[in-house]
Amino acid sequence: MSIKNVFGRISQHFRRQDETAKVAKERLQIIISHERVQRDQPDYLAAMQRDLLDVIARYVNINKDDVRVELERQEGCSVLELNVVLPQQ
Amino acid sequence: MAKIIVVTSGKGGVGKTTTSASFAVGLATRGYKTAVIDFDIGLRNLDLIMGCERRVVYDFVNVIRGEANLNQALIRDKHAKELFILPASQTRDKDALTLEGVGNVLDELSKTFDFIVCDSPAGIERGAQLAMYFADSAIVVTNPEVSSVRDSDRMLGLLSSKTKRAEEGKGQISEHLLLTRYCPKRVTKGEMLSLADINEILAIPLLGVIPESQAVLRASNAGVPVVIDSESDAGQAYADAVGRFLGEEVPFRFLQEKSHWIKRLFSFKEKEAV
Ligand SMILES: Nc1ncnc2c1ncn2[C@@H]1O[C@H](COP(=O)(O)OP(=O)(O)OP(=O)(O)O)[C@@H](O)[C@H]1O
Ligand SMILES: [Mg+2]
Repeated sequence: MSIKNVFGRISQHFRRQDETAKVAKERLQIIISHERVQRDQPDYLAAMQRDLLDVIARYVNINKDDVRVELERQEGCSVLELNVVLPQQ
Repeated sequence: MAKIIVVTSGKGGVGKTTTSASFAVGLATRGYKTAVIDFDIGLRNLDLIMGCERRVVYDFVNVIRGEANLNQALIRDKHAKELFILPASQTRDKDALTLEGVGNVLDELSKTFDFIVCDSPAGIERGAQLAMYFADSAIVVTNPEVSSVRDSDRMLGLLSSKTKRAEEGKGQISEHLLLTRYCPKRVTKGEMLSLADINEILAIPLLGVIPESQAVLRASNAGVPVVIDSESDAGQAYADAVGRFLGEEVPFRFLQEKSHWIKRLFSFKEKEAV
């Protein structure tokens, strides 16, 4: 083992706890891809999601995170996707 | 017809004004007639960075309100012959800038200038939106730090929808990433997002990487844009970026850490041993 390797090993040992850049990158990738999807959606979508939630909540006991509304643009038309996770009886 | 460049970022304090000053000087010293406009109404600072704070008589808002004409408000830069500065006003009136007023000023400047550099305020309010509205190109200034990168992405979203070009369907404005306050040493240690990371996330063409540099504070202390300090790393990096903006192929510098003398010594010994 060369003296440079020894040097590298030692500094690596002290370094590990500081390698936070990887975490930063992963967090950014997730939040930015999420925000990009929202950005391309029309403004009424959030309001519609709230209204749909109210209607569904009248019949079943669900909470806010159980409803997902997404608008997917395809050639010539848009598809509104509604995902509702219903509680098991 | 002038080319209008907005220097923007969303997040505050990342280096927009530093960049606007150096970019404007860089363009002007290459012979392009350039105007640089401070859009940060109420927080005028470009004048200090350019070293012309004591020569401000009239400002951007005076011109918009018809209280002065453009020639009275434009300040001739003392570093570069072809450069003029239009300072922001210190008014607290948030609505001092109007779409029509800004458009008229830019139209008039466009007749005689080659480039107009718009130094945007932070945030996504009126001032920032007006600074970008008429732009042909955007320089998105980003620091290697999570909130700055996220805000830059937000700005890219606005740039693609909230500009005159986008609204009139005249094609996208050209977007350029300028990464500033970069510390190769901390990147090597895994402490700082790397150029590759940020490039991958934002995915727009890279205009330049400006290292974290002591020369920037020295330059602002003196009121001499850092690009004029041609000995400094940041000054050289800004000059390179201006070259790239004008279509030159300039290799990237200051991306590697300057190795410590102990490391250099060891690698030297190793080479000898081979
Ligand atoms: N490459 C650099 N190295 C070191 N310091 C820098 C560098 N770039 C900018 N700075 C410092 O960062 C601070 C903010 O810079 P600047 O005023 O250009 O940012 P800004 O984006 O215009 O801020 P604001 O959003 O308030 O308008 C200043 O103190 C400046 O000296
Ligand atoms: Mg500024």
